[in-house]
Amino acid sequence: MSNTTTAIPTTPWKASRRERALDTLVFFAALFVSFTLVAVTPLKGKLAYLVIFFLAYALLTSIFKAQQRGSAAAKDALVNSLVAIGAVITVIPVASILATVVKNGLPGISFGLFTHDMALATPTDPLNNGGLLHAITGTIILVVFALILSVPIGILTALYLTEIKGKFTGPIRFLVQAMSGVPSIVAGLFILSAILYPITKSYSGFMGSLSLTILMIPTIARTSEEVLNLIPNDLREAGTALGGTQWRTVAMIVLPAAKSGLVTAIILGVARIAGETAPILLLTGGGDKVNPNSFSGPMGSLPYYIWKSFNAGSPESITRAWAGLLVLVGLVLILFTSARFLGTRKVAK
Amino acid sequence: MTTSRDNEKEKMETAVQPNSLAEVAQSHQVKVPGTRALGTGLETRGVHAWFGKHHALANVSLDFAAGTVTALIGPSGCGKSTYIRTINRMHEFIPGAAMAGEVLLDGKDVYAPGTDVTKIRLQIGMVFQKPNPFPSMTIGENVLSGLKLAQIKADNKDDLLEECLERAGLWSEVKDRLGAHGGSLSGGQQQRLCIARALAVRPQVLLMDEPCSALDPGSTLRIEETIRQLSDTMTIVIVTHNMQQAARVSDYTAFFLSDGGPGQMIEVAPTSEIFSRPQDQRTENYVTGRFG
Repeated sequence: MSNTTTAIPTTPWKASRRERALDTLVFFAALFVSFTLVAVTPLKGKLAYLVIFFLAYALLTSIFKAQQRGSAAAKDALVNSLVAIGAVITVIPVASILATVVKNGLPGISFGLFTHDMALATPTDPLNNGGLLHAITGTIILVVFALILSVPIGILTALYLTEIKGKFTGPIRFLVQAMSGVPSIVAGLFILSAILYPITKSYSGFMGSLSLTILMIPTIARTSEEVLNLIPNDLREAGTALGGTQWRTVAMIVLPAAKSGLVTAIILGVARIAGETAPILLLTGGGDKVNPNSFSGPMGSLPYYIWKSFNAGSPESITRAWAGLLVLVGLVLILFTSARFLGTRKVAK
Repeated sequence: MTTSRDNEKEKMETAVQPNSLAEVAQSHQVKVPGTRALGTGLETRGVHAWFGKHHALANVSLDFAAGTVTALIGPSGCGKSTYIRTINRMHEFIPGAAMAGEVLLDGKDVYAPGTDVTKIRLQIGMVFQKPNPFPSMTIGENVLSGLKLAQIKADNKDDLLEECLERAGLWSEVKDRLGAHGGSLSGGQQQRLCIARALAVRPQVLLMDEPCSALDPGSTLRIEETIRQLSDTMTIVIVTHNMQQAARVSDYTAFFLSDGGPGQMIEVAPTSEIFSRPQDQRTENYVTGRFG
């Protein structure tokens, strides 16, 4: 129809240049207010700068918006800046922890760290003696065995709660919720008194994995339950109407549809246990050399290595501990990203 | 650009606009029961249905002759969907559900003790109101999912796949992207995919619960053509709120109504008669639009 007229694409809903200039002005004004107030009043320190800046910014934008567009826009701007403040406050500690770990840990990272164990070295030795190979393998073995035990149990529990909905749904859901509050040391003591003392009578990685399983099952079961509840009932009905038994429908349709959510549940479970120290101290004994056998002998782990190194107290050992922390954080990060990648690859058509 | 598409749509809509519903119904030959060797068909005797204490459906007796299309019409909440869900035993899926009466497929009660309910659902397929392709599967896998679910072995899956998609009127649109996800199709295509999926297990009866309610006129037309073609080889029961659709596709029409109590079947007759000479005043009020 009107192909002859040339139209210029515009975005009238976005802020104009004048408004953006005003925003920048408000930003610097708030900065100015925070510096003057810190200089004039007894308020001191980095925190004071930050708090005053945020408050001044929130106040100034709402005043400007009130003049420009009325009180509704002013309220909107105020809430917007409060939300932004909340987000920043949440990110600050996380970023600060990560930065500290990287800063203190990097000097302790070397190639030898990943190829040696501490069998012939003590934490107070120079940094090029020994490494944390035993701790990495130990943590991986502990987590893998805990996964093997808790993923099937956790997901089957979730399936009982969402698909079978049997008589015991209420009590089981209550128990799972209560279990998620169990302190890790209690899980450790339970395995110690129920299995290690009466039966095996010796430290082993598997005992540690058992206690981690207790901690992991509720996380996996609860998250999986939530994910499975999100799968529309239409799909279950469609599967049943096609002649599938309940088991076939769940295995072929419900679980694949929930796959990425279930992977998230497992990641959250790993996140819950990867850094657990207390039950590991009680049950695995904490060896200083690589022990690939999970069923006999003490086994090292990263949390134990960090704890032991910090306790040794010398500058070298503390650097070791930070390096161990960095490796633990990196390991969890690698685990997360790979699980995320595996879980979402097929869903993103 | 948009105007030409609008014109096309308008043309499509005017093309299916009938002079009278009875005329539309007469434009295709009514099938005479029993002329085809497809089994003796489907019968229901005094079917009632309850949800907890709520009596949703009372005393429905209907026969569906093999190879015919029967439309179930009536206002919302009169028990049409509940009724067809009692036929393939999907009703029992709802907690607190109960039923009474008999549903006979080839003379055998599908509710008889010891009946394998998964076999019943293989023989009586179902297409739902909302298209529900399985999200984790490709188009091809969706069509063949019934075989996998019921653990049926098929000799030549590629042929079966093509045949089912062809019969559902979808083959030409998806033959080059059978590996794409079912969710990547449009709503109308998804519904035809669900029909193809239902066909792959070769049911004797196909129940359709408002299969076109979420679709545009073009897709609706395609699915109606599909229904007419399918009726050569199976018995079809379709729930619809669209009376023109009932007139276009069905051989017989049954009118359901709830007068505040449980839903009841008021009248069943060849479709052209329902729309030209209904026996019951309530049916006439409904089909002429004076009610509900």
